[in-house]
Amino acid sequence: MAEVTLVEAGRLAVLQEMRRDPTVWVLGEDVGRGGLWGQYRGLIDEFGPERIVSTPISESTIMGAGLGAALVGTRPIIEMRIFDFVMCAMDELVNQIAKVRYMFGGQAKPAVVVRTPHGMWRNSAAQHSQMLEAWFAHLPGVVVVAPSNAEDEAGLLVSAIRSDDPVLFFDPKDHWLVPGKIADGEIAAIPFGKARHARQGDALTIVTWSAIVPNVLAAADQLASEGIKVDVLDLRTIWPWDQDAVAASLSRTKRLLVVHEAVEVGGFGAEVIATMIDRLGPSGLKVAKRLGAPRIPVPFAPPLENEVRISPARIVAAAKAAMA
Amino acid sequence: MATAGGTPAAAGDNLKRLTDLYRMMVRIRTFEETALEAYKAGEIPGPLHVSFGQEAIPAGVCASLRHDDRLTSNHRGHGHALAKGADAATMYLELYGREGGYCRGKGGSMHIADFSVGMLGANGVVGGGLPIAVGAAQGLKLLKSAAIAVCMFGDGATNRGPFLEALNWAAIYTLPVLFVCEDNGVAAHTETRTVTAGEGPAARANAIGVPAVTIDGNDALVVEETVARLVADIRAGRGPRMMHAKTYRWTGHTATDAAAWRDPKEVEAAKQRCPIARLKAVLIERGLAPSALDEISAAARTEMQSGRTAAHTAPWPGIPSAFEDVQDVGAVHG
Ligand SMILES: Cc1ncc(C[n+]2csc(CCOP(=O)(O)OP(=O)(O)O)c2C)c(N)n1
Ligand SMILES: [Mg+2]
Repeated sequence: MAEVTLVEAGRLAVLQEMRRDPTVWVLGEDVGRGGLWGQYRGLIDEFGPERIVSTPISESTIMGAGLGAALVGTRPIIEMRIFDFVMCAMDELVNQIAKVRYMFGGQAKPAVVVRTPHGMWRNSAAQHSQMLEAWFAHLPGVVVVAPSNAEDEAGLLVSAIRSDDPVLFFDPKDHWLVPGKIADGEIAAIPFGKARHARQGDALTIVTWSAIVPNVLAAADQLASEGIKVDVLDLRTIWPWDQDAVAASLSRTKRLLVVHEAVEVGGFGAEVIATMIDRLGPSGLKVAKRLGAPRIPVPFAPPLENEVRISPARIVAAAKAAMA
Repeated sequence: MATAGGTPAAAGDNLKRLTDLYRMMVRIRTFEETALEAYKAGEIPGPLHVSFGQEAIPAGVCASLRHDDRLTSNHRGHGHALAKGADAATMYLELYGREGGYCRGKGGSMHIADFSVGMLGANGVVGGGLPIAVGAAQGLKLLKSAAIAVCMFGDGATNRGPFLEALNWAAIYTLPVLFVCEDNGVAAHTETRTVTAGEGPAARANAIGVPAVTIDGNDALVVEETVARLVADIRAGRGPRMMHAKTYRWTGHTATDAAAWRDPKEVEAAKQRCPIARLKAVLIERGLAPSALDEISAAARTEMQSGRTAAHTAPWPGIPSAFEDVQDVGAVHG
């Protein structure tokens, strides 16, 4: 096992796939200088400016050109810098990338990865902190990936690059520098739709994903120290998502808590709960709760921002409430 | 056609070539006349945008294209598809939403695509094809293909941001793209000049760094000649070019729009500049027998009528197909 940061794990995955497949390339702002966080550091030296393409600040065309290049048989990694700027390319993502295969009766293969760092990061305020992954789970035609650690970042990015489906890949930008471990040698692809069973227990099932996972694990460890063992499932991908793993856990615990950094109202937690109620029936669940951010934009000042942040203490409290 | 040196041959040299150009224009006109009839008879659902009066542009553009060149289109794209080589009968099946249509009944008139001839799709979003076209060109360049990309769009699209982005993009990466602005003077129900600052599409393109020319888009010979020259430049690696083709759309925005706000005299005057009639006069002057011209019209009518009839009686797509071609991983089933 090699010890690497999450950002380096992602870089190594891109490097491996670009060496394997000459049709893989990257386009986005500043990628020739390594990308905003060094996700592409040094790649231009090996692959040149034709495959590591620094672009103008033209989000619509970064997204749309990625699609056009996929339609002629290449596999672009569309780097969107910070998720909030995907908003400037919603037509290209929602009306074009997500639609072409279906709308053209199967003729198009939009094999793109839209890579987009999301979530809170160093008090970046309302336009640089959003988590809107639920919007895209709602969007037919795309796969939605949201890893929480270095190993998953690498393995899921390999899958995303090899996928013929368009993949929205949400990097947890607050954890770029968190160290993790990846296997030596070839990075193995991690299949979409398989949760990581991050903690084992029978008292409660906590379902979570992306940047909030470390806080959930801290909460689970605290609960364990108090003698309460909870099951933690890191979904890793929210479309498709591992309904079987969640249902299997709930068959033991009967209690569900979904935790996400995104706004609670209309979040993907609601989908998890509704699906499990449908699947397990009214008697299959004793409790189903969700914990997410209040429905306010992410504020700037640290004490205000903390109102939005789901701390381990809040998760512990929510878990205890769910077991009361 | 371009000669080896990149100079277009004189447009009148080849009677067969002009006859082919004429035939394509007649097929486009007849395709849409037939489609409009079928629409008015209630046979075709959804929106239908026809392009009477604009036929010289797609016909003249595609005359210089290779089979593997790619083309992106807009909402008014029947002519673009036919000229790029799509099959009329398969297009009718799609207009009718039937099994066997280009998109298996999932697209309709506004989303015709035929990837087998490089037609990468009509688009329901104004300006939607611009970023896709430059990306196709970039992909082709990366793959070391000799093919180019062509992007068809209306005057209305020049007021959308992707127009600026895509032209700039094509210029900075020296991409093999031909931008074609079909300027019929209107965007839906608004005269474009009343909502557009500056000197117009060609001035905008030139300012961005994409060399552009403005031409009479109702003169098929001029269109063909211009495109041959621009495509020769593009194939020679000189980067993107734009052709701004001025034309006039005889009908309203959609099949249900009478465009009653327009001065009938203006429409009548435009019909006097009919691109098909103009090329017909040239062909007669150059000695083509009138019977040959009649045969072209008759053949187009037969082709389109049989396409219409076959589509009208074709089966609907099977219901399970509604769940197909969404995505491989994470697909849902009915
Ligand atoms: C982004 C977007 N805005 C508005 C519309 C509605 N709409 C469809 S066609 C059209 C006019 C387009 O004008 P132009 O590009 O000149 O093409 P034309 O219809 O004249 O061929 C409009 C406003 C749309 N489809 N997409
Ligand atoms: Mg127009």
